[in-house]
Amino acid sequence: MKLDRRSFIAFGVGASAGVAVTPIPWKLMDDLSIWTQNWAWTPVPPDGEASYETSVCTLCPGGCGITVRKIDDRVVKIEGADGNPINDGGICVLGLSGPQLLYGPTRITSPMKKIKGELKPISWDQALSELAKKLGNMREDGKAGSLACISGSDQGTVPEIFARFLKAFGSQNFICEQSSADTYKITNQKMQGAYAAPEFDFANADYVLSFGSGLLDGWGSPVRMFQANSSWQNNNTTVVQVEPRLSNTAAKADQWIPIKPGSEADLALGMAHVIIKKSLYNNAAISRTTDFNAFKSLVLGKSLDEVQNVTGIEKKVIEKLAKDFINPKKRSVAVAGKGQGTTPGSIREIMAVQALNALAGSINRKGGVFTSRSADYINWPAIVMDRIATDGIRKKRIDEAGTGKFLGSRHLLNRLPKVINAAKGSPVEVMFIYGANPCYSMAGSKAVNKAIEKIPFVVSFSSYLDETAKKADLVLPNHTNLERYEDVYATSGINKAVIGLSRPVVQPLLNTMHSGDVIIKLANKIGGSVAKAFPWKSYKACLKQTLGNSWNPLMKNGFKTVVSSPVHSGRFNFAPLVKYSNSVVKAEGKGGENVTLILKDSIRLTNGYIGSTPYMMKTVSDKVLKTDKKKKMFYSRIEINPDTAKGLKLADGRYATITTSKGSAKVMVTCDEGIMPGVAALSRGLGHTAYDGYLKDKGVNVNNLIGPVEDPVTGLDAAWGIMAKLTRA
Amino acid sequence: MKEGHHHRKEKKFGMVIDLDKCTGCGACMVACMAENNVPFKQNETDKLDSITWMRVYKFDNGKKFPDTEVCFLPRPCMHCEGQSGHSGHSPCVSVCPATATDYDTDSGIVSQIYTRCFGCRYCMAACPYHARHFNWWDPVWPEGMEKALSPNVSPRMRGVVEKCSFCFHRYQLAMDEIYAKGHRDFDEKVPEYQTACTQACPTDAIVFGDLNNPNHEVNQIVKPDHNHRLTGKSGNPKVFRLLERLETNPKVYYLSSREWVRRAGDNYQGEETPENYKVKEVHH
Repeated sequence: MKLDRRSFIAFGVGASAGVAVTPIPWKLMDDLSIWTQNWAWTPVPPDGEASYETSVCTLCPGGCGITVRKIDDRVVKIEGADGNPINDGGICVLGLSGPQLLYGPTRITSPMKKIKGELKPISWDQALSELAKKLGNMREDGKAGSLACISGSDQGTVPEIFARFLKAFGSQNFICEQSSADTYKITNQKMQGAYAAPEFDFANADYVLSFGSGLLDGWGSPVRMFQANSSWQNNNTTVVQVEPRLSNTAAKADQWIPIKPGSEADLALGMAHVIIKKSLYNNAAISRTTDFNAFKSLVLGKSLDEVQNVTGIEKKVIEKLAKDFINPKKRSVAVAGKGQGTTPGSIREIMAVQALNALAGSINRKGGVFTSRSADYINWPAIVMDRIATDGIRKKRIDEAGTGKFLGSRHLLNRLPKVINAAKGSPVEVMFIYGANPCYSMAGSKAVNKAIEKIPFVVSFSSYLDETAKKADLVLPNHTNLERYEDVYATSGINKAVIGLSRPVVQPLLNTMHSGDVIIKLANKIGGSVAKAFPWKSYKACLKQTLGNSWNPLMKNGFKTVVSSPVHSGRFNFAPLVKYSNSVVKAEGKGGENVTLILKDSIRLTNGYIGSTPYMMKTVSDKVLKTDKKKKMFYSRIEINPDTAKGLKLADGRYATITTSKGSAKVMVTCDEGIMPGVAALSRGLGHTAYDGYLKDKGVNVNNLIGPVEDPVTGLDAAWGIMAKLTRA
Repeated sequence: MKEGHHHRKEKKFGMVIDLDKCTGCGACMVACMAENNVPFKQNETDKLDSITWMRVYKFDNGKKFPDTEVCFLPRPCMHCEGQSGHSGHSPCVSVCPATATDYDTDSGIVSQIYTRCFGCRYCMAACPYHARHFNWWDPVWPEGMEKALSPNVSPRMRGVVEKCSFCFHRYQLAMDEIYAKGHRDFDEKVPEYQTACTQACPTDAIVFGDLNNPNHEVNQIVKPDHNHRLTGKSGNPKVFRLLERLETNPKVYYLSSREWVRRAGDNYQGEETPENYKVKEVHH
């Protein structure tokens, strides 16, 4: 066939028309685009029946009510429970990420035992039998007193079970992590005769003065505090934040007063100077106090010029602040305890701030600060102790709390590493660690890790393979918060006490066991008087009996509000403050440092037992954590004022080395006008060496750079910062 | 959905976020991620490739220490109405070559249909709010964590764009429930439909609802002025929108008592303020 020009064009046109008319190319393109999106590895979440269950979040001590959305037996979402007196529908980033903690790969799947330096799965029977045998031998050898327990909390039935076990066993060494609430308790004991936590009536206050408390950075019951802030906005409550940097709390306050870190007590005393000199104080309230005159001469003995010098705040600002605070037409309240309040802090500071409350008549008054009643629903029969237990309990506590110099303190966990490291052999034979991750979260990580390594046998009850569990000889994993029963007693920052009941919303996924049950089983295996101290069949039976009539309403609503009348406290006594007025806590330093390093707390990062979740890490700003250009190494960003940066020949985004007497780290600089010159801030909650790729090796753990500083009065950790050298890297 | 189905009143879902109340806690961001199966990576420090349907920005007044002030601003998709009113001339909708994103005139929600999207990212270039995100990688959930995925929202695949949907699946669930009860429409006073961020916000800074409903709080706060060419400009002097001058007519409003915050919402020139700024009439 001859192909002429004419038929060639006709063929071409015909072919084009044909292709255009047939659906084949379009169909193929459509199929192709669907195929390119139809990757088998893109998950298709299975559908099922939706249901909701009510519980209480136990991821922090806040005690929020939660509603768990489930599809069949899968937890797909956690929401704040409407109508709960603490959070009323609100929720925080940690509570929201509960499903990631439940299903995440960092969980411990079964009991494990360290064999040749590696944790290997074993059965519960073997784990408990071996541990019971070991503990039984200790008792027989008269070493009962060398059992110790570190607990993240002393509130609620589970920590009580641990404390009870230790006592029945014959050890005093139930050692609890401490916070600023504990310094407050000692303060209230000394100044008001009541060992009671403070209860701030923020909802009814007209004027809130915070000495660095991160009220909106995760302090107290965080969601409750966010809601308090909204009510402050609605009620025109004045909030003043005294802090070296513009934290979220300072950003939301009506006024931010930058202060030289560590001089908060001096400002409070300076304000008292103004108030007393001009006789502005609440006369009626002061007439009911003790040793006011001694306090008067103490504060008048220091001139405002001196206060200006120490605090870096101008005299006229101090005067105005004092007058605003003492305004008789307003219900003012002052609060101390830095950041989230996780560090106990200086008692001088808390006493000085409480003295301000006394001057304003805000102690035990609406819109002021109360001494709160502690949980009183746990009434178990007294322990009948055998001879071994009574002998063991006579041995003094390893941390020396409650004795000699530290008579007023109940737990001094911060002293433990020092004591253990200084001893010839370890004074602790077996250490239980429950609800805590000391190897990560305690100041002075190096010493803490050394001490934990020195203890011959460490038992971790952690649900997650955290820094401490990795070092343990035996791991007895607890259920997570969505798999277990637990009572929660919450008071912090609210003017009512609430008992919450956390309950399982799913069957335990892994081979874990409730730590309460572990202890009950262990006691039964040891037998004798130790077993008799635990008459319950299971933890659930114990909890049900403990809660008594409250059980049913708690099962129904998840919470029960307790009418909490403030505990009786005596006359306010200024004498202890006068006595301890020189107990200043200074930042450690050898000289030659160029910045004061302080720590910053954020609600978006956890810094205690529970690690931050992938979702939380995603919310962390690139001004806090950043990778290098190759996206390999993660660097914590150190926040400094641009003036400080200029002086040190640094700039935003540059690398620097921060060195303290405790350690050194490479960091990246963030220049921010919201921080005082001469001060540098690093975020807590970064630099994990355990967990998975979402959390591990991201930035620096500030606890490597800072060490505990004992408060001269309480012995509690009062470190608020450390002197550091910042240089170009 | 575009035409014909006028058996119920046209709605215009919108949001007003009280920046005085927002504390920057990030609960809205995480609530959104958990609700919408938003993926996460081991390195989320590069915010340009971090998929955040809702993102809380932090910005300051530009003043030096100690006069610095800071504001937090949560940014969902603005669900822009576009220049000619409720007709859907949103910046992204008008450029999408695949009709993968569309404006629903029933609800005022700008949708995103992942299976239609072929990843040209034209919409991302068009969006002035950085509300759209591209899946550069396959979403990967750590072993076991797929269990927490919600069946109400399909996980996206590599190569498509995603963004805030005002939790459209919740709107659908609410409508299903309304029909199941034998009703035809929302009870005007009962907020049957809320976004996950609104629900989670511990400060109650976010108010979400039908801007067309005069009984709803969102309408009462915003007081949308429909006589204006800038459809829906707020009649409340404390309320502003982002980049008002672009005439995208967002349905997300912000409330702040601080003037510098309101000014930061756009590039106001000289004497112009968010309050007195008026769009010049253009005659076609």
